[in-house]
Amino acid sequence: MSELQPAVAPRAVKALVQRIERDAARLERGVAFMEVCGTHTHAIARAGIRRMLPPNVRLISGPGCPVCVTPIDYMDRAVALARRADTIVATFGDLVRVPSSSSSLERESAAGHDVRIVYSPRDTLRIARENPDKHVVFLAVGFETTLPGIAAMLEEAELAQLANVRILAGAKLIEPPLRALIADGEIAVDGFLLPGHVSVILGADFYAFLEQELAVPGVIAGFAPADILLGVSRLVELALEGSARVENLYPRAVSQRGNPVARELLARWFEPEDSRWRGLGEIPLSGLRLRERFAHRDANRLEMQLDPTREPRGCRCGDMLKGKIEPHQCPLFDRACTPLNPVGACMVSGEGTCAAWYRHERLEVAR
Amino acid sequence: MKRNDRILLGHGAGGRLSHELVTGTILPAFDNPYLATLSDSAVLDALPPGRPALTTDGFVVDPPVFPGGDLGYLSVCGTVNDLSVAGAKPLWLTLALILEEGLERELLDTFVQGAARAAREAGVLLVAGDTKVVPRGKGDRAYAVTTGLGVVPPGREVSDRKLRPGDVVIASGTLGDHGATILASRHDLSAADLGSDCAPLASLVATLFAAGIDVHSMHDPTRGGVATTCYESAVRSGVRMVLEEELLPVRGDVRAVCDLLGLEPLYLASEGRALVWVAPEDEARALAALRSHPLGRGATRIGTVLERTDGRSPLLLRTTLGIERPLDMLSGLDLPRIC
Amino acid sequence: MCLAIPMKLVERREFVGTAEIEGVQREIGLALCPEAEIGGFVLVHAGFAIGCIDEEAARETLAALAQIAEEGLS
Repeated sequence: MSELQPAVAPRAVKALVQRIERDAARLERGVAFMEVCGTHTHAIARAGIRRMLPPNVRLISGPGCPVCVTPIDYMDRAVALARRADTIVATFGDLVRVPSSSSSLERESAAGHDVRIVYSPRDTLRIARENPDKHVVFLAVGFETTLPGIAAMLEEAELAQLANVRILAGAKLIEPPLRALIADGEIAVDGFLLPGHVSVILGADFYAFLEQELAVPGVIAGFAPADILLGVSRLVELALEGSARVENLYPRAVSQRGNPVARELLARWFEPEDSRWRGLGEIPLSGLRLRERFAHRDANRLEMQLDPTREPRGCRCGDMLKGKIEPHQCPLFDRACTPLNPVGACMVSGEGTCAAWYRHERLEVAR
Repeated sequence: MKRNDRILLGHGAGGRLSHELVTGTILPAFDNPYLATLSDSAVLDALPPGRPALTTDGFVVDPPVFPGGDLGYLSVCGTVNDLSVAGAKPLWLTLALILEEGLERELLDTFVQGAARAAREAGVLLVAGDTKVVPRGKGDRAYAVTTGLGVVPPGREVSDRKLRPGDVVIASGTLGDHGATILASRHDLSAADLGSDCAPLASLVATLFAAGIDVHSMHDPTRGGVATTCYESAVRSGVRMVLEEELLPVRGDVRAVCDLLGLEPLYLASEGRALVWVAPEDEARALAALRSHPLGRGATRIGTVLERTDGRSPLLLRTTLGIERPLDMLSGLDLPRIC
Repeated sequence: MCLAIPMKLVERREFVGTAEIEGVQREIGLALCPEAEIGGFVLVHAGFAIGCIDEEAARETLAALAQIAEEGLS
């Protein structure tokens, strides 16, 4: 019921595109809006939205895919855990093909190590019950949308006294990179298409800092093509007005105050820490680690034989995540780096910028 | 626990236990004179006129029993369908089963009955078979390998070489039901009305030819789904194809399974559907013929063949918003994703 | 960054419930969304309800888009 009716959608999309064209013609200079949600990146590529927009309205992809921003040493630790004979690694499907320095979880699985793909963090509990003599480590990557569920899973593990459940925390927060990107100043962002489902947890009020401190406008948008175009249309209008307002265009899912229950659970289990982002480097207090009193749930406390960390050569995921280049401008794109043989994380994740381009736009853009 | 409720290593050793398995479980299911001799080879009759078509396929499926089918049923359908979409009338089949020690006899019975039922529905005879048992832990319950022999009647040619710009692509029914059923089972999704489309296509295809349709090409969109099948076909024949999103017959529950797991229906397998390419003037007659058969009731046009355009994607999807975007083959496994 | 879809809550047992879309059901965690009511829509991400859908707001967005569609064609 909350999805937009297919009958209305094509006409609304057409009207919104016309509206954007009309308003964009009045812009004095070209504008660039950044989406910071991989699901937006994917939806934009899938619906071909870039090709609907006038040339002076550019959409650039920011660091919104948790898989893409996960640094390679995290994958090294995940691989090292998988290699332990007494450990089962449970993970979202997104991570299994991400290269580590010397391997990937997919390859470790082929080598006989126990890697389980799960749909929900809750599936970890079942695996833990079925394998009481093994450590079961869930790979906890994600932003504020995903982490509360992982905290809830840990809560259940405590209640059920499942001592063999652990997580490898690789969680990220959305606010620090937005600040870092603007402070960096290397790219001009005229507005943010804010992540709809992160905002379900954080609430629309959370983004007041955009207007008050960074003076950059933003719109919280849903994921149907009409939702996204509505957001872009509003961003163009805000650019014309010179306004730095933040608006919530996804009120069916996002409230002003968000989900306080989820945020409390998150705060109970996790605390901010300085964290490295692939491509963006270290950003202060941008990640989450388990609080000290939950050390017994921390997979980092298990012994690991780590491979030396080696970043892939020539990969420009970093520039991509900052919105500086588009995938086809990377020398590896569609040559050394393809979904079957990904070099950088942006190609691995289904919602990675490169994968989305490869799948949906590769042969339709000039190289 | 009953004494004989599990497969033992001895069932594959060729001795008395093997004999008991063959005569007790397998022979009764496939009662025909060729198999009954239990000779080293089934000695068959002369082939009817035409060109012989031969195919083989291995089957692994988890779970091995699913709504709408099982490993045995699937293994016969898969091979029958490979023959059928090549324009051949399937005649004879072989079945080899690799069983894991400890497999429940009840499961084996299900597979054997399933294979027999599919053979009956397809009008083929299972004329030879083999059973091996591997030690526990060296296999995943059961694997099946089927080989099929059929004949393409004189004068009939079904081939990607015959594809021409302007040809229409018809799907014989809803797409991705099988893949969605399997994924739903694996990820604890329950869907009361969802089942595999798994079925032998022999009689559906026969109906099409009986109506005198000049079928240019035909494929069954199994692994990799419609997108991969059309992509490969376009590349082989040097044309371009466009699929119309609006026309794609995808069930609501199949779409929901995909939305939940972050997958695309166009990449899910069907095991009882045919994609049929015909000249535009034959579209209406082909649709009518297909729809006259129980397995083709949902037949509908899904796309069109275009001239090749160098350097551009061989396969396009025209979305409901009127945008054309390239469709790639499936790369690697389509894994459920959260983001 | 995250896939989430609206599903109807059809059953709940304290912190676990069953949600449905198009006849497809899945057990989901309700720990993050204790206020969810049977018959209402929840947004499901990775097996958890992360929020409730505001049906009134959904209708308003739809109406706004329908109006944009009308104006666009006039």
